[in-house]
Amino acid sequence: MEILLSLAIGVLTASGLWLLFRPRTFQVILGLSLLSYAVNLFIVAAGRLRSDAPPIIGKDPTSADPALYADPLPQALVLTAIVISFATTALLLVVLLASRGLTGTDHVDGEDGEA
Amino acid sequence: MHDPRFLLAVVALPFLGSAIAAFLPARGRNLASTLAGVIALAGAMIIAAYYPLVERGEVVRHELAWLPTLGLNLTLRLDGFTWLFATLVLGIGALVILYARYYMSPDDPVPRFFAFLQAFMGSMLGIVLSGNLIQIAFFWELTSLFSFLLIGYWHHNQSARDGARMALIVTGAGGVCLLVGLLLLGRMAGSYDVDAVLAARDAIHADKAYLPALILILIGAFTKSAQVPFHFWLPHAMAAPTPVSAYLHSATMVKAGIFLLTLLWPVLSGTDSWYLIVTTTGLATLLVGAWAAIFQQDLKGLLAYSTISHLGLITLLLGLGSPLAAVAAIFHTVNHATFKASLFMATGIIDHETGTRDLRRLSGLVRFMPITATLAMVAAAAMAGVPLLNGFLSKEMFLAEALEAHSGTIIDVALPYLATLASAFSVFYSVRFIHQTFFGPPPVDLPHQPAEAPHWIRLPIEILVLACLLVGIVPALTIGPFLASAVQSVLGDQTPTYSLAIWHGFTLPLAMSFIALIAGTALYILFRERLNAVERSPLIGRLKGRRTFEAVLAAIVNAARGLHERLGTRRLQVQLRLIVVTALLLGTLPFLRLGYSRGPLQDTLIDPVFGLLWLCGGACAIAAAWQAKFHRLVALVLVGAAGLAVCISFIWLSAPDLGLTQLLVEIVTLVLLLLSLRWLPQRRPAIWPEERKPPMVLIRRGGDLLLAIAGGTGAAALAYAMMTRPMPDSISRYFVENAYSGGGGTNVVNVILVDFRGFDTLGEITVLSIVALTVFTLLRRFRPAPESIEIPDQQRRQNAFDEASKDHAMGDTLVHYLFVPRIIMQWLFPVVLTFALYLLMRGHDLPGGGFAAGIATSIAFLLLYMANGTRLVEASLSVQPVRWISAGLVCAVATGLAAWLFGYPFLTSHSRYLTLPLIGDIPLASALLFDIGVFAVVVGTTLLMLIAIAHQSIRSPRARKPVQPAAAEPGTGGGA
Repeated sequence: MEILLSLAIGVLTASGLWLLFRPRTFQVILGLSLLSYAVNLFIVAAGRLRSDAPPIIGKDPTSADPALYADPLPQALVLTAIVISFATTALLLVVLLASRGLTGTDHVDGEDGEA
Repeated sequence: MHDPRFLLAVVALPFLGSAIAAFLPARGRNLASTLAGVIALAGAMIIAAYYPLVERGEVVRHELAWLPTLGLNLTLRLDGFTWLFATLVLGIGALVILYARYYMSPDDPVPRFFAFLQAFMGSMLGIVLSGNLIQIAFFWELTSLFSFLLIGYWHHNQSARDGARMALIVTGAGGVCLLVGLLLLGRMAGSYDVDAVLAARDAIHADKAYLPALILILIGAFTKSAQVPFHFWLPHAMAAPTPVSAYLHSATMVKAGIFLLTLLWPVLSGTDSWYLIVTTTGLATLLVGAWAAIFQQDLKGLLAYSTISHLGLITLLLGLGSPLAAVAAIFHTVNHATFKASLFMATGIIDHETGTRDLRRLSGLVRFMPITATLAMVAAAAMAGVPLLNGFLSKEMFLAEALEAHSGTIIDVALPYLATLASAFSVFYSVRFIHQTFFGPPPVDLPHQPAEAPHWIRLPIEILVLACLLVGIVPALTIGPFLASAVQSVLGDQTPTYSLAIWHGFTLPLAMSFIALIAGTALYILFRERLNAVERSPLIGRLKGRRTFEAVLAAIVNAARGLHERLGTRRLQVQLRLIVVTALLLGTLPFLRLGYSRGPLQDTLIDPVFGLLWLCGGACAIAAAWQAKFHRLVALVLVGAAGLAVCISFIWLSAPDLGLTQLLVEIVTLVLLLLSLRWLPQRRPAIWPEERKPPMVLIRRGGDLLLAIAGGTGAAALAYAMMTRPMPDSISRYFVENAYSGGGGTNVVNVILVDFRGFDTLGEITVLSIVALTVFTLLRRFRPAPESIEIPDQQRRQNAFDEASKDHAMGDTLVHYLFVPRIIMQWLFPVVLTFALYLLMRGHDLPGGGFAAGIATSIAFLLLYMANGTRLVEASLSVQPVRWISAGLVCAVATGLAAWLFGYPFLTSHSRYLTLPLIGDIPLASALLFDIGVFAVVVGTTLLMLIAIAHQSIRSPRARKPVQPAAAEPGTGGGA
């Protein structure tokens, strides 16, 4: 599983980076989405892989044993990251729309150089 | 009144007054000046009330803990010396305020003037009363800042702006040096507390860092006190209103440097480097200032250079290092403040009444303004050092010190002569000032007919001149005790015996004084006519401080621009490549040094379904990367599919909360991007034929591909190395163990978000709100590109069909389009809302929570919008996203604040369960209220952004074509 997840992270990163370098704003936005998938997966993986052990504890004190559950900390981090990355995507999108309206092109530099 | 806490009021009141004055109406001249005057007098009275304590040699201290572990507290202290200085700042401040009340024109925004002036006074008091080195540096910077505002008060005036900028840059740069110097000093002394530093003389002198610290502190003090070679800013600061000059260049601002040198004199002086640097600088400033003052044609210019010269004199005295010289320095500081302030004020009156300050045009004014003339003459005589005036006493002390041997260097030999020469110069320009202005034939061709000034504006000068006379005639009865306590507090055991008598017999200093008086007057008689033709000072006129300053500034700007041109780029792609390459190199470096290896953990067994999932997911990601240029919709769907794979992986990896939130966010993001597709330009086909791409393009793309693959490989390798290593112990243990007992919830992730790290979440929802408002604001100004404002193709065809068929009205097809899904979507609204509510309520114990619930709710609204079109929805339903946001933020903050009511820190949570019939146990932690706040903010922000983008399709066509009613068709939400 570890090697599979690593490959998944790698593929997402590579596709994201490729799109990040493209000259069109829409490509860059999609690239950032892919990159944020990769980063979120990476952070969750930092808690190591556990199946069927969601960090939902029981109410009696004995069940509060960290060894029984997947690490909740990276999950909390990623949860906020998901919401924030949605917000930044929206912001970037609007900036690109405004720039498109102002400059008449969707090139990232606001002027059509070489494609 | 002996409570040290009143010291805080002395510093705080002027700032408070400044804030009040800033809000007064522009015509509130009387109110603003009365307020400022009352505050200055109140401060002066508080300080005066401390005198009995200070006289006994006590140090009044008031300390407010701030960062005690770092030795940083708000410390205020008052000893004899700072008492004298604070009295000077407040007393002359009060007089300047009275003067400014009558000087300032009602047409100027006078309350703003008083706001700046009081803030400046507060900053100056802050320096004087600080008991902490860092605090001194802080207030030091504040004086630079407020003097900038004061000098540039008439900001419509180019020279005022330039003068203000120059003063700010010079003193601000000095302030940076000073801060570093004071940090070094504090480190050498082992404490930043002034009293501790003053006690650590030997440790400081023995330290290696003494010399650098000394030089840095001196640069700070010299820039502030306008010492050569930093003196050039002071004459340019004369563009300020005259009350500002009277204040800044007599008792404050330039005296801040002197104050600091005197304050630190006990610990810093007494070494060769101190003697050499401070004495030579002071001597050079004394001579240069006095020489240049002779050749000024502007009254204020003359006073400016005379100020520089007198500051040089004080610096020189401090540099000599003998206790008697220090006494003379303190004494002259006070005397200079009184006569220079009154001279500036008199100049202001002359300027006001005649309309000019040009010495060549002024003449015979004594006939028109006898009282002002008399006052100015007395003050100028004090400046020249005429007996029976205060300036004479301190100058005698100076001359006596000049005769003493201090170091056995050439300075000892030259000093008596140079001191006499400088005194003669001082007499020279004082005589010129008086004679040229007040005597001679009546003036011709002045802008105004001169007349005596009103009484109230003369009152401050009268008080100051009276002080000059009293101190000059009966020094022991007036300044004596105050000077004694000031000297005692600076010099301590070293306090010498000195005499404040007017008559010491026929001594050498007296002879030097008379030589200077006679020589100065004689020189004036000889050269008075020729002086009026002089345009710039001989000898030093070529050394244009201002031109050098501007050249240096231009060189710095040019160098920065050059660097930017050479190393910077405005191309985003280049920047991104550079960032990624740097990250890659930095990421590879440790592996190159230490080698790469997988960890000791065994791989967990590969699940084939998971493999299949990522086969699809990976393929989708790659395909999206490939297709994003020409097939945006396809690429979007592919990215969504990859996101789905991530979502399933989260659930697989025991993170149900993440899976849930990711799934919901995925939907909203998709809709958002779909909404934007319409506004993007048509993709042109490739500029070049497919088979003949320019080689540069191929190289660039190849490079990007390599970089992307390298990045991907690196990320994969790093992830694998990390996952195969055992997990170190982390803070997660605490979270799991305390989630239920401390946070009252069983869903640890949610408890972390709303309880343990509630403060972070509060910050996060604030960021979300700001982003949403930014999006909203940006879109209000959005004007789409011309080619994308047409009605979408599909709608056009539908409308054409309506037009062609007889039984269809315009827009019918659009309404009927996707009829069944629309009904379903409408019916789904309450279902999704209920689901969202369920997610919210159970969030504390089971996967769910405010984030997920908020997004689910906004999806419910989204469905409604898509089903009915923006207009129909908004006709029947008032969605107020901004209110959701504010209500959410208020709810979250109020929940946090409520903890204060029960005496707990901000955001302490309380939890219990409520059992309801039918529904069962409901977790009712206060964290739930917080989560409701999060929920409301997420609903508000998501809706605000989506609706703002959706509105573009119904708004923008109207904005461009206001007459065509057909263009105002209801646009569907997802009209891509």
